[in-house]
Amino acid sequence: MTTATLKTGIQPISTGRRVKDRVVQVLVYLAFLVAVVPLVSVLYLVIKNGLARFDMEFLTHSMRNIGPNDAGGGAYHAIVGTLEQVLLASLIAVPIGLLTAVYLVEYSRGGRLARAISFFVDVMTGIPSVVAGLFILAFWILVLGFEFSGFAGAMALSILMMPTVVRATEEMLRLVPMDLREAAFALGVPKWRTIVKVVLPTALTGIVTGVMLAVARVAGETAPVLLTVFFTDSINTDPFHGPQMDLPLFIFSQMQLPNQTAIDRAWAGALTLILIVMLLNLLARLISWWRSPVRKG
Amino acid sequence: MAQDLKKPEGGPAMRRSAFRRSRGDTPFRFVSTGAGIVLLAIMAAIAVFLIAKAVPALQANKANFLTYFDWTPNATVPMFGIAVLAFGTVVSSFIALVIATPIAIGVALFISHYAPRRLASTLGYVVDLLAAVPSVVYGLWGFTFLVPLMVPPSKFLNTYFGWIPLFGGDSVVGRSMLTASLVLAIMILPIIAAISREVFLQAPKTLEEAAYALGATRWEMIRMAVLPFGRPGVISAAMLGLGRAMGETIAVALIFPITFNISFQILSPNGNSIAANIANGFGEANAIGRGALIASGLVLFLITLLVNSMARLIIARRKEYARAAA
Repeated sequence: MTTATLKTGIQPISTGRRVKDRVVQVLVYLAFLVAVVPLVSVLYLVIKNGLARFDMEFLTHSMRNIGPNDAGGGAYHAIVGTLEQVLLASLIAVPIGLLTAVYLVEYSRGGRLARAISFFVDVMTGIPSVVAGLFILAFWILVLGFEFSGFAGAMALSILMMPTVVRATEEMLRLVPMDLREAAFALGVPKWRTIVKVVLPTALTGIVTGVMLAVARVAGETAPVLLTVFFTDSINTDPFHGPQMDLPLFIFSQMQLPNQTAIDRAWAGALTLILIVMLLNLLARLISWWRSPVRKG
Repeated sequence: MAQDLKKPEGGPAMRRSAFRRSRGDTPFRFVSTGAGIVLLAIMAAIAVFLIAKAVPALQANKANFLTYFDWTPNATVPMFGIAVLAFGTVVSSFIALVIATPIAIGVALFISHYAPRRLASTLGYVVDLLAAVPSVVYGLWGFTFLVPLMVPPSKFLNTYFGWIPLFGGDSVVGRSMLTASLVLAIMILPIIAAISREVFLQAPKTLEEAAYALGATRWEMIRMAVLPFGRPGVISAAMLGLGRAMGETIAVALIFPITFNISFQILSPNGNSIAANIANGFGEANAIGRGALIASGLVLFLITLLVNSMARLIIARRKEYARAAA
């Protein structure tokens, strides 16, 4: 080996390679900017157009006896509907999702049933929301003969929530250290009490985060409730009888009207919905950040 | 994991009889197994009830469901076919995928390898927020803002690139297949970006450092160490995005011009999709009309099932991706 090659062992990067590196860097930064543009645009327009009608009347009145062209009116009936339907959906989806995850992590030993459940949870994640709505329409309304109701919508939404809850809970349960379980077993605590008193409380914040993200997702779903809840302009606080309203439906129905007053109401509805969804998202992130030691760190 | 605990052969202390059997144990085990079975039953019920309600409508159909080009199930002579809707669903989702995937890969690389460490997770959260915006809000935004905005660039493409059949056609409008695909692209971008990001982050550090040690620039390192490792993950992420785009309903229902013809001219007022047709047609559907919509939903279910299963299989084949798949 001559001294010449030793000196040139570390060569400066050639111009071509340097340029290529720079070009890619610029492209990658650009990609991020391009991705953020629609988000900024959507949020800006929702806030700007939504504030026009985002007032007390909007939050406390329904659309009863208010024509498309009339000013005023509000989304109270839709807000009530959204809250009730999402609550009912959570009441159905969270226990099933939670227990399924407990089965997968704590009880199954990788058997055929567990693999089948695991696979179909993945499949369920991919079910289009409109298909979930069609299923409840076919099953609950057409075959069993029940009427359109908030509860029917809640069932459709719960189908969309379940896989998210299962996966979030499963991930959290797997993060619970084995030592905790073994310590409980060593003290003679039965397995089910170990799960209820030790494993689940340890994973609780992570599970709550997952549930809230699932809630935020379904609160904005339109297609399934369109097929199962239908429309109403009046306040219907009973989710088990008669058509209800919810915020996505409210936006959908108002924006299809040609009148500016209705379009304004749609934007105000969008602002309300985004506030609810973003708040849930933010809360979920805050909880998981606050209890980060349990998570990956 | 859990099963490690109870090796029956593992020493006298760990024998099953050593555990005091509690009265609560069997019921709890039963209930949690039951929850899993309920989940399976729901999946089965979805298929069974969709088929049960679709069959009578399909029997009443006087046209060929697969090849007929119109949708009039509410008429006295019900005739409807899935061809146009399936075509629109597949083509609009595919265009969305072509637009979204390169940007999503860029975003994923930005967050995994380019952004300053301290900012990376926050910026990733910003992109995730795109997924948090409800679909109906994208519909409202697309309908009132993007549709008028898309007219000048569409006219430009039509004038100067009209010789490409894709951009041809005599009338150019904002409510076109291209605009719908653009909205779909925005909606699936965060999913593709999130999964790709997870996969890129799992690229072996040793390979990355080895590439740097050989004098590679950052791009060369990514091309040699990160992208080959991440390719299957990115492909399955794109397919999951494709599945999502196909099932997307409200946003495209508001943007698609409701037409029933097959055309590749994505700037012209052509286009419809299975999901959009369900949302738009449900209001005035009679019994056979509803059955017809359910039949179309069944087709959508099968298509998305196929796409998603393929994506899952690709992810499942590689154990390294276990976390990204969640």
